Amino acid sequence: MDGEELTEQETALYDRQIRVWGADAQRRLSKSHILVYGMKGTVAEFCKNIVLAGVGSLTLVDDRAVTEDALSSNFLIPPNENMYDGKTLAEVCCNSLKEFNSMVRVSVEKGDLSRFGGDFFDKFDIVIVSCCTLTTKKLINEKCRKLSKRVAFYAVDCRDSCGEMFVDLQKYIYTKKKLDENNQPTAIERELQYPSFQESISVPWRKLPRKVSKLYFAMRVIERYEEVEGRNPGQISIDDLPAVLKLKKELCEAQSMNESHIPNALMEKLVMGRREFPPVCAIIGGILGQEVIKAISGKGDPLQNFFFFDAMDGKGIIENISPPNT
Amino acid sequence: MDSLCHSSAVKGAKVLMVGAGGIGCELLKTLALSGFQDIHIIDMDTIEVSNLNRQFLFRQSHVGQSKAKVARDAVLRFRPHISITPYHANVKDSDFNVDFFKQFSVVLNGLDNLDARRHVNRLCLAAEVPLVESGTTGFLGQVTVHVKGKTECYECQPKPAPKTYPVCTITSTPSKFVHCIVWAKDLLFSKLFGDKNQENDLNVRSSDASNSSEHGEDVFEWRNNEDIEQYGRRIYDHVFGYNIEIALKNQETWKNRNRPKPIYSRDVLPEHLNHQNGNVDKKCATDDPLSVSAMTSLGLKNPQDIWSLTENSTVFLESLKLFFACREKEIGNLSFDKDDQLAVEFVTAAANIRAASFGIPMHSLFEAKGIAGNIVHAVATTNAVVAGLIVIEAIKVLEKDIDNYRMTYCLEHPSKKMLLMPVEPFEPNKSCCVCSESPLALEINTHRSKLRDFVEKIVKAKLGMNSPLIMHGSTLLYEVGDDLEDDMIANYTANLEKVLSELPSSVTGGTMLTVEDLQQEFTCNIYIKHREEFDEEKEPDGMVLSGWTQASLEKKDDNKVVGNGGNTSTSMPTEGEREVELDEISEGTEISGKKRKQPEVSAGETNSSNEVQRLDVVDDDEDELVMLDHQDTSNKKKKLQ
Repeated sequence: MDGEELTEQETALYDRQIRVWGADAQRRLSKSHILVYGMKGTVAEFCKNIVLAGVGSLTLVDDRAVTEDALSSNFLIPPNENMYDGKTLAEVCCNSLKEFNSMVRVSVEKGDLSRFGGDFFDKFDIVIVSCCTLTTKKLINEKCRKLSKRVAFYAVDCRDSCGEMFVDLQKYIYTKKKLDENNQPTAIERELQYPSFQESISVPWRKLPRKVSKLYFAMRVIERYEEVEGRNPGQISIDDLPAVLKLKKELCEAQSMNESHIPNALMEKLVMGRREFPPVCAIIGGILGQEVIKAISGKGDPLQNFFFFDAMDGKGIIENISPPNT
Repeated sequence: MDSLCHSSAVKGAKVLMVGAGGIGCELLKTLALSGFQDIHIIDMDTIEVSNLNRQFLFRQSHVGQSKAKVARDAVLRFRPHISITPYHANVKDSDFNVDFFKQFSVVLNGLDNLDARRHVNRLCLAAEVPLVESGTTGFLGQVTVHVKGKTECYECQPKPAPKTYPVCTITSTPSKFVHCIVWAKDLLFSKLFGDKNQENDLNVRSSDASNSSEHGEDVFEWRNNEDIEQYGRRIYDHVFGYNIEIALKNQETWKNRNRPKPIYSRDVLPEHLNHQNGNVDKKCATDDPLSVSAMTSLGLKNPQDIWSLTENSTVFLESLKLFFACREKEIGNLSFDKDDQLAVEFVTAAANIRAASFGIPMHSLFEAKGIAGNIVHAVATTNAVVAGLIVIEAIKVLEKDIDNYRMTYCLEHPSKKMLLMPVEPFEPNKSCCVCSESPLALEINTHRSKLRDFVEKIVKAKLGMNSPLIMHGSTLLYEVGDDLEDDMIANYTANLEKVLSELPSSVTGGTMLTVEDLQQEFTCNIYIKHREEFDEEKEPDGMVLSGWTQASLEKKDDNKVVGNGGNTSTSMPTEGEREVELDEISEGTEISGKKRKQPEVSAGETNSSNEVQRLDVVDDDEDELVMLDHQDTSNKKKKLQ
C-alpha cells in the first residue's frame, strides 16, 4: 500500500504488533475511524484494545450518566464521583482512553445515536453498538448498509457468563494465502457476503443446523421481550422470568422448535445477569478487537457472522446464521 | 458452578500473580474488576517503549520503572480499596520459598520464559497450591490448570529444547537467513565484542588441521599499526573473503550445494571511506551509549528497508568503528541484546553480507532484529482474552469445581467452529520426574565426564535446578548455598573438576544419585549407566538423560549445538512471536524459535495423552490445523479439513 511510511515513534511503539500483522496493516489501522455506542464493560475492553492498536480515531457516543452498574465492570471509570460530576459516560471514558495512546484521536459525540443521519455514519469505517434495543440495532445496521462506502457493523452484548457478537461486513473481499499444488504460497481473492442483522434473525429457526448454539435463541427471546415490554436493554429482573418463559414458549411454537431446546436455566441466568461478568467482557472485547483489526487490515479470515462465548462451558463458538442464498 | 459470576470465594482469596507484562496487565485489571481483593504480584522487569502497545497500565513516562509497582498504582486508580502487593524481584529469589507460596489460594502465571515457569511449577507442587499457567503468541494463546495429584503438572510433558542448529550449518554451510543471523550474533559478535576466551568456531574448520589461522597471532585483535578502518576491513576480508576461500577448498562440501562467493571489502566499497573523525567523537560525547547508531550517522532511516550489499558493508564498518570509538569500555563483556541498537545494526549487516555470499536473500533490520532477538509477536487482544480465561479458571479452582477445570486454546483459525477451545485437563504423567518422583536414567562416560559437566548439562540445563545438592547415598558430592563453610566450598569446588568415577564416593555404572533443589523442594533420583562413546554431532552433551518422557514426544532434533536464543526461550509462548524462522509465549515475554510449526500454543507442549494432543498450526496462513484426534489416546495424527 502506498502512503506515508510509519514514523520512527510508531515503529518503536508498535514493534511487537507489526511483527504480527505487518507494516501495511499498521498504516491502514492508523487511517481508520471507529464509532462505538454503549460504554459498558465489553465496549470499554474493545476501546482499550483498539486505541492500543493505533487506529486513527475513536468516537464515543453515550449520553447516559455514570451509575454504579456502569462502574462495575468498566475500568475506564474512576470511582471518585467528583471526577465525573455532570459528565456523561462517554466523556468520562474518553478522558481515560486518551491516556492510552497519544497518537489516537479519542472524542465524544453527544446526541441520540438513532437520530444521527447517514452523513454522520459515513465518516466511519467501523460502527459498534452495545446494550441497545432491537430496533436501534436494526436501524443503525441499515443506516450503515445504505452508505455508498462499506461501513462495517458490529453488535455486542454480555450478560452474566454469556456473550454474543454479531458482524456485518456486507460485501467483503480480501486476499487469502494458500498453498498451491506445488506447496508454493499463492494469493487468492475471496469474497464474502454478509446478511444484515434483520436478515439473519429472520432465518426460520427450524432451518438452522440442529447444533446451533442455544445462546443464539436465548438472546433472541430476551431481545424480543425487552422490545415488546419497552424496556431498556438489561432493564429486566427475576420478576420478569415467568413472562420471559412464556414468550420463549410462544416463539418456539411459532418457529416449530421444541421449547426444551432453550433451557429455562439459561433464560433465568440471562434475565438475572444484567451486570456484565468482567472476564467475559475481556474475552468478547478481545475477540471483537481482533475482528475489527482483521476487517481494517484485510488480513486474516473474518468470522461469519455470530460469535458466542459462555464461561460455563468455556467454548467460544462461531455460527454462520444467514438466509439460504447468501 | 452457578456461582461463577458471583463466587463468594473470590473476596476471601489471596492470589499470587507472577509476571506483570502483557498478560499480567490484563490479568491484574480483570482480577480487580472481578472482585479479587488481595493480590500479590512479582515481576523483575522494568517498563520499555515496546511494551506500551499492549501493556496498557503503563505510559511513556513510566519507562524504566518497575512493572509490578506501576501496574499496582494504575489499578488502584479504578479500584482504590483493594490490596495489591508488588514485588520488583525475580521469582527465583530465595525469599519466594515454599512457605511464601503456601499463603496463596492460587498462583497465576503470566511469564515469558521456560525457566521461571518450571521454577514456579515446582514451588506450587511443593506448597500444594493450584497453578493456572498461560501464554500467548500473536493471535494464539493457551491457559492450563495444574493441581497436584489431580491434573498434570506444567512439566509432565517434557518441553522442547530451544532450537539449535548443527555447528557446521552455522560455520560452513548456511542455507537460511537464520543461520546467518546465528553466525553473526553467536560467533562473530561474541568474538569481536564478547569474552575473547570463550571457545568459538568462527574460523572455518578446514580438513587441514594445521590451518594457519588456528595458531599464531589472533586475527581478531586490533593491532597497534592499523587504524580503526583498516582493522574493520581486515576483519571483513577475513570472515567474508578469506574464510570462504578456505571453505571452498573442501570440494566434498560443495558437491551438492551452491558454492559461496568470497566477498572482499575492496569489491564493494571505495578504497577509502570518507573519514569523519571529528564526528565520531561528537556522537559519543553527547549521547548515552545505547543510543549510538550507525544508521543515524549514515543517514539510513527506515528499519523496514533492505539495504544493498554496499550499504550493509558500510553499516558493518561504521558500527564496528562506533563500538570502538564510543563503547570501548564494554568491549570484552558484551553479549547480544535486541534492545542494543548498535549491536542489532552490526548483526544485521554481518548476517546480510554472509547471506549475499551464500546466495541467501537479505533482510531488513526490522526483520533481522526479530529473528536475532527471538522477539515475541504480541498483541493486546490475545492477552486480554487469555487473562479473561485465567480468571474464569481461577474462580473454578477457588470453588474446587474440579469437574469443570479446562485448559483452553485460543486459535487463529477455528476448529470445529471454535475459536476458543476448552479441553479437559490431563491426568498427571506417571513418568514425570517432577510431580511423580519417578527416577531418571543417565548414560554417561563415568571415566571421562566431570562432575561439572553433570551439574551444568543435566542438573541445571535439563532439570532446571537453581540451588542443587547432589548426594551419593549419604555422601554429599556437591551443594550450592549461602551458608556453606569455606572448607566445604573448597571441597565442592575440587569435586567439580573430578571425573565421576574418581569422586570421593565413586560414581560408576549402577550408581543411584540423588539430586535435590532445596528451594524448589524438588528431589530427583538418577540411575547412572556407564557408556564409553557418544556421537559428537548427535549427542553433543556427551551424555543422554532418559525416563522423563512420553515416547511419542521424545524425538529431539539431532545435531544441535549452536542455539539461537539460549535460555530465554520458553516452551510456552508467552506473548510471543510467531516465528518466521525463528521466537514467546508469554507475554510475559519471549520464546526462541524457528519455524513455529507448533506454536507454544500448541496443545502439544503441555498435554499428555487423551484429548488434543497437539495442534500444529501451519505457518503460512493456511487454514489448516493438524491435530490429534480428541478421543484418541494413541497419538495418531489426524488431519482436519
